[in-house]
Amino acid sequence: MAGPKYPGFNTLALHAGQQPDDSFGARAVPIYQTTSYVFKSTEQAASIFNGERPGHVYSRITNPTNAVLEERICALEGGVGAIATASGQAAMHLAIATILGAGSHIVSSRSLYGGSHNLLSYTLPRFGIETTFVDPRDPDAFADAIRPNTRLLFGEILGNPGLDILNVPVISEVAHDAGIPLLIDSTFTTPWLFKPFDFGADLIFHSATKFIGGHGVAIGGLLVDGGRFDWDASGKFPTLTEPYEGFHNLVFTEEYGPSAFIMRARKEGARDFGACMSPTTAFHLLQGMETLPLRIEKHIDNTRTLVQYLDQHDAVEEVTYPELPGHPDHELAKQLLPKGCGAVFSFVVKGGRAAGRKFIERLSLFSHLANVGDAKSLVIHPASTTHHRMDAAALEAAGIKEGTIRLSVGIEDADDLIGDLGRALHASQKG
Amino acid sequence: MKISVNGHPAYVYTGAREFIPEQPSVVFIHGNGLDHSVWLLQSRYFSHHGRNVLAVDMPGHGRSGGAPLESITDMADWIVDMLDAAGVDKAMVVGHSMGSLVAMETAARHPDRVSKLALIATASPMPVSDPLLNAARENKHDAFDMINLWGHSQYGQMGGNQAPGMWMSGSAIRLLERSGPGVLFAGLNACNEYKHGMESAAKVQCPTLLVLGSLDVMTPARVARKLEQVIPDVRSEVLNNCGHLIMAEKPNQLLDLLVDFLD
Repeated sequence: MAGPKYPGFNTLALHAGQQPDDSFGARAVPIYQTTSYVFKSTEQAASIFNGERPGHVYSRITNPTNAVLEERICALEGGVGAIATASGQAAMHLAIATILGAGSHIVSSRSLYGGSHNLLSYTLPRFGIETTFVDPRDPDAFADAIRPNTRLLFGEILGNPGLDILNVPVISEVAHDAGIPLLIDSTFTTPWLFKPFDFGADLIFHSATKFIGGHGVAIGGLLVDGGRFDWDASGKFPTLTEPYEGFHNLVFTEEYGPSAFIMRARKEGARDFGACMSPTTAFHLLQGMETLPLRIEKHIDNTRTLVQYLDQHDAVEEVTYPELPGHPDHELAKQLLPKGCGAVFSFVVKGGRAAGRKFIERLSLFSHLANVGDAKSLVIHPASTTHHRMDAAALEAAGIKEGTIRLSVGIEDADDLIGDLGRALHASQKG
Repeated sequence: MKISVNGHPAYVYTGAREFIPEQPSVVFIHGNGLDHSVWLLQSRYFSHHGRNVLAVDMPGHGRSGGAPLESITDMADWIVDMLDAAGVDKAMVVGHSMGSLVAMETAARHPDRVSKLALIATASPMPVSDPLLNAARENKHDAFDMINLWGHSQYGQMGGNQAPGMWMSGSAIRLLERSGPGVLFAGLNACNEYKHGMESAAKVQCPTLLVLGSLDVMTPARVARKLEQVIPDVRSEVLNNCGHLIMAEKPNQLLDLLVDFLD
C-alpha cells in the first residue's frame, strides 16, 4: 500500500500496549502488583462496574501490567483483544468454556500437547463436552467428524511429536463452511513464525511459558480473539448472541461487535473461573516478548544447524523436521512456515531405549527436563520419562520410538550444542 | 432496538435500556464505515443517567444494512426521520467525523429538532484524499488501512488502550472490514462533496461543543476551529496527543466533556 505503514513487528514487540507511565514517566512497564484499585468516587465506581467507563476494578479481571501484555500479543497476532491467564492450559480452557457448554462437541487434531489431549479426552467429557480426534493432515477427516453439535475445530500448527503441519487455510475453510470457529495453539510457532489470523483462524492461545517468555521463569497463557468470526451469522453461539443474565442481559455481539468473544471471556470466564495471571508474571513475560524476534531467529538458526548435523550422523536413525525433504509436510512448510518450523524437534538415536538413556545422561549443556521453549537448550527422552510405562508397540502407536529424543533448541553457540550432542551420541553407542 | 425508518429497518442501540418517552434523548452518529459500537461507553453512561440513547447504525452500516445514503444532507434528513420513527421531538445530537457533519447539517436544516450539538473530530470542509477515495471506490482493503492508520495518532498506533486488553488498531480495522462493498466510498464521497458546511454552521442555533484531537491528521484541529467563527454559541476542547478516533483513544476524557456539556 502506498502511503502510511503500520509499525513493524520488532517495534510492536517493544512498544505495543504501553504509553510511558503518567505518574513518573517510567520507560519500562511498571509492575502494578495490586489486587484492587481505589475509586475516585462512588459515581466513577458505578460507571466502571456498569461498563460506562474503562478502568480497573480487581486484578482477577483486569490489571494495568497484564493489559500491556494483552495488547502486545494482540498487536503481534493481529487480533482485537486478549486475556492473560494463569497458564496455557487456562487459556485453552477459557477459550472453550466461553463458547461451549454441556452437549457441545469439538473436532481436534490428534497431534497435540499431552496436557491439551488430557483436557479434551478425559476432563471435558465430565462436563458434557466431547471431542473427536482426527489426523491433522486430513482436512476431510475434520469435515467428516463435524456433527450438528460441533462448536469448535482445534489444532496446533506444529503437531506433537511428528511436527505435522496443520493446513490452517484449508482447515479454517472447513470450519467456516460449518459455521464454527477454528482455535489454534500457537505456542511452538509464535507470531514471528506464523500468524494464524492471516490464514483464517479465529482464536489463538499460547502457552506464554515457552517462547513468548523464553527464559523459563514464569508460567502464563494468552488467549487472543481475531475478531473476524461472525457469531451472529453462525447462530450457534448463544453465549455471545443472546442476553446474558450474568451481566444485566448484555448481548455481547450487539454491544461489542468484533470483540464479542473476548469481552464475554473476560466478563464471565476471567471473573468466574478466575485463572488470572500475576502482574509480576506479566512483567517477566513482557521482558521476553521484547526480544522475541531476535530470540526466535537465533532459535531457528541453531535448529537448522542441529537438524543438518544430526541428519548426517551415523548414530542417528532419523530426524523429524519439516524442512527436511523426507518430511510429509515439506512442501506445506515452505508455503506456511518459510521463516522456520520451530525449535522443537525429535530424532531417533540408534540402539533403542538403552541408547536413549545413555545419550541423555551424557549431555551436559542440554538440560533434561519437561519443558520446551526456553532460551537454554532442553532435552527429554520420552521412552524413559513421559511415556516410560509404554512398551515398544504402544510407543509406536503414539508416534514415538524407544530411541526418540526430543530437543528444544536454545540460543547458545551452535558449536557448543553440537559438541554436547556429539559427545552424547558417541556415548550412546558404546556397549 | 430495530425500528422502521422510511419503510426500511434500522438498528438503534439504546445503551441496554428501555426507551422512556418522558426522558430527554441523545442521538449518537458514528463515522463512515463504523457503527453504534464506537459509542458503547458513552451510550451506556447516558442511558444509565436519565437519558434515552439512540446510537444509530446509519443505512448501509452495522445492523441496519441496506444501501448507504449518498449525501450528508440525505443523512441529516434520515436522522430526523429516525427521530420521528422513535417518537422523539427534540434531541441532543453527537456526531463523529462524517457523523459530525450529519449532526451539524441536522441542526442547520432542522433547528427545532436539535437542542445541543457535539461535534467530535470534525472539520468543514472535510476533503478526502485521492488515494483514499480511489481505494474505497475500488473496495480495496487499503482504504480500511489508511483510515485505521490516519485515524489513530502515533501514540494510538502503539496502543495503551484505556479499555484493558483491547488493541485499538485491531478493533478499528475489524469494524471497518465489516462494511459492505461501496459503503465506505459512499460515505467518503459524501464528505468530499459536502461543500456548504460553513453556511450550515452559521445556521446552527443551539449550544455547540467541538472536541478535537491535537494530532488528528484527518480533521486537523486548526481546520475544525474555523467553525468557531461561524457557529454562534460554540466552544472547543482539544485533547492532547489524540488522533481522529477520539472515542477509542481518549474515552474517559471525551465522556467527561460530554457529561459536562450535555448536563
